[in-house]
Amino acid sequence: MTSNTRITLISVTLLVLALAAPLVAGQPFYINIGSQVLIAAIFAMSLNILVGYGGMTSIGHAAYLGTSAYVVALLTLQHGFGFYAASAVALGVVVVMAAIFGAIALRGTGITFLMITLALGQTMWGVAFRWSDVTGGDNGLPDIKRPDLFGLNLVEPGLFYAVMIALFVIALVGMWIFTQSGLGLSLQGTRDQPRRMGMLGHHVWLVRWIAFIIAGFWAGVAGIAFIGYHGYIHPLSLGLANSAEVLLMVIAGGAGTLLGPVVGAAIVVVLKMVVSAYVSRWVLLLGCTFVAIVILLPEGVVPGLERLLKTLLPETRNDGEASS
Amino acid sequence: MSIGFWLLQSLNALALGGLLFLLSSGFSLIFGLMRVANLSHGAYFMLGAYVGLSVLQAGFGFIEAILAAGIVIAVLGGLIERFLLRRLANRTLAQVLVTLGLAFAIADICLMLWSGDPMQLPAPRWLSQPIRAFGFVFPGYRVFVVEVSIVVAVLLWLLIERTKLGAMVRASVDDIQMARGVGIPAQKLFSFIFCLGAALAGMGGVLGGPILSVYPGLDGEMLPLALVVVILGGIGSIGGAFVGAYITGFIYTFGQTLLPAFSYVILFLPMIVILAFRPSGLFGKSAP
Repeated sequence: MTSNTRITLISVTLLVLALAAPLVAGQPFYINIGSQVLIAAIFAMSLNILVGYGGMTSIGHAAYLGTSAYVVALLTLQHGFGFYAASAVALGVVVVMAAIFGAIALRGTGITFLMITLALGQTMWGVAFRWSDVTGGDNGLPDIKRPDLFGLNLVEPGLFYAVMIALFVIALVGMWIFTQSGLGLSLQGTRDQPRRMGMLGHHVWLVRWIAFIIAGFWAGVAGIAFIGYHGYIHPLSLGLANSAEVLLMVIAGGAGTLLGPVVGAAIVVVLKMVVSAYVSRWVLLLGCTFVAIVILLPEGVVPGLERLLKTLLPETRNDGEASS
Repeated sequence: MSIGFWLLQSLNALALGGLLFLLSSGFSLIFGLMRVANLSHGAYFMLGAYVGLSVLQAGFGFIEAILAAGIVIAVLGGLIERFLLRRLANRTLAQVLVTLGLAFAIADICLMLWSGDPMQLPAPRWLSQPIRAFGFVFPGYRVFVVEVSIVVAVLLWLLIERTKLGAMVRASVDDIQMARGVGIPAQKLFSFIFCLGAALAGMGGVLGGPILSVYPGLDGEMLPLALVVVILGGIGSIGGAFVGAYITGFIYTFGQTLLPAFSYVILFLPMIVILAFRPSGLFGKSAP
């Protein structure tokens, strides 16, 4: 076994244990934390496509989660849609929105891209906040009912958690397939060597644009899970702080790694939960954690752990292939 | 809607444009020189307004409040530049993320110190005399804000275009390595420009206090406006910031009065047009 395969095995084992932990603990409190971590993980994985694999740092990603959640809320509350029909429409809306916003934001690269995504994200916040006839403004939209699935009532925390695990595994496997696909590989190529990729005949802009839409789509999926869990949506959910929070998850966990955003999501959600229990200064801590992570641990937790494991697990002799 | 309404709204738009200029000229200079998109800039503006408020409440005058806010924010900016950003030199993304983290920290500390209630800074009486012209009455304070922004614009322009210091700044913007090579102390320029930009934002906050008032979330509302201004006007250009600020001021003010729900959306239309046809902005030299 190469150390890479061993690391994969260890990661999968740890992941399964982590997913089982809330069920073993048994109390709804822990199970609900588990659901929140998984929703955040799907959200962070979607941003990781841009930040990690595409090298495009977006500070407006909450707009997609929030818009998707708002569409579901509006359609179920005011237009008599069922939850799943509303979700399908929400995904359509988010994909169109990502296609438009992506076309605008990708006029710039690097810091300009970042500034445009921030501005576009705040636009959506502005709409949710100001268009109060429809969105309820600062009051948000409460009382969205959790749907049934195959006749099971998802209000039961354990069942909801099981659905979230299924959704998370689909997202994770989908993400893995994406990173190995031609599109995913050329996206990573455009991150590292945009000019060479252009020379080699790849349409750099198009690759980035498609990646932007895929990222928006998965953020929309996270938004549906979010509204399903909370049953409530507020403009804050698509604001700057939420966009920064998910970016922190990606960076803290390790951008450009498959499990980095998942670990980052777990750290941030649990930290937020613990801190909020004692003090009401979450935003201050979020800011300080951000500064500390960027300065002290710029590559994130997962790459650091990976390096540690590689030094602890030397190569087995009879396996000739070197793992770099 | 009468002519008076349009005139008054135009004056409001000009005043907002002036405030946006104070906010975004510093942002633009810092970006042009150091390639740092200082995402704490909105927070500097808000903190400046709060500092000004406290100085006013302590019984000092409006001018003292503006100066105090300018100094406090300049010192804060200087410390951030010296102890955080300089450690991350040449790591642009890390610098931007640090400024974002600091923006949250500053905003939460403001909430802690000054509570969550919106507070209005009183405009000094000698500045708020109504001005009568063309048979209409205009609020004098807004005229004052416009005047201040024009004076600051002229001073900044003179500083950048007509002094040796400005020449060094321009040289560093164009080619930092060559500038260092001929002996320009780029590091000191960075510190100076960062403090100057921070001070302008802080003073802008006090100046804007009587119009916008100050409340948690003001930072998050001003920051995107500053971004739009620099994207419109072109990064690192004082003239671009000036024109961009007034365009943004007009679009946002009229958007807010005519279509309040979508004022933000309307704001981004010109930005999109500019990005589509001139990605480097109206006055920008080349894409960053």
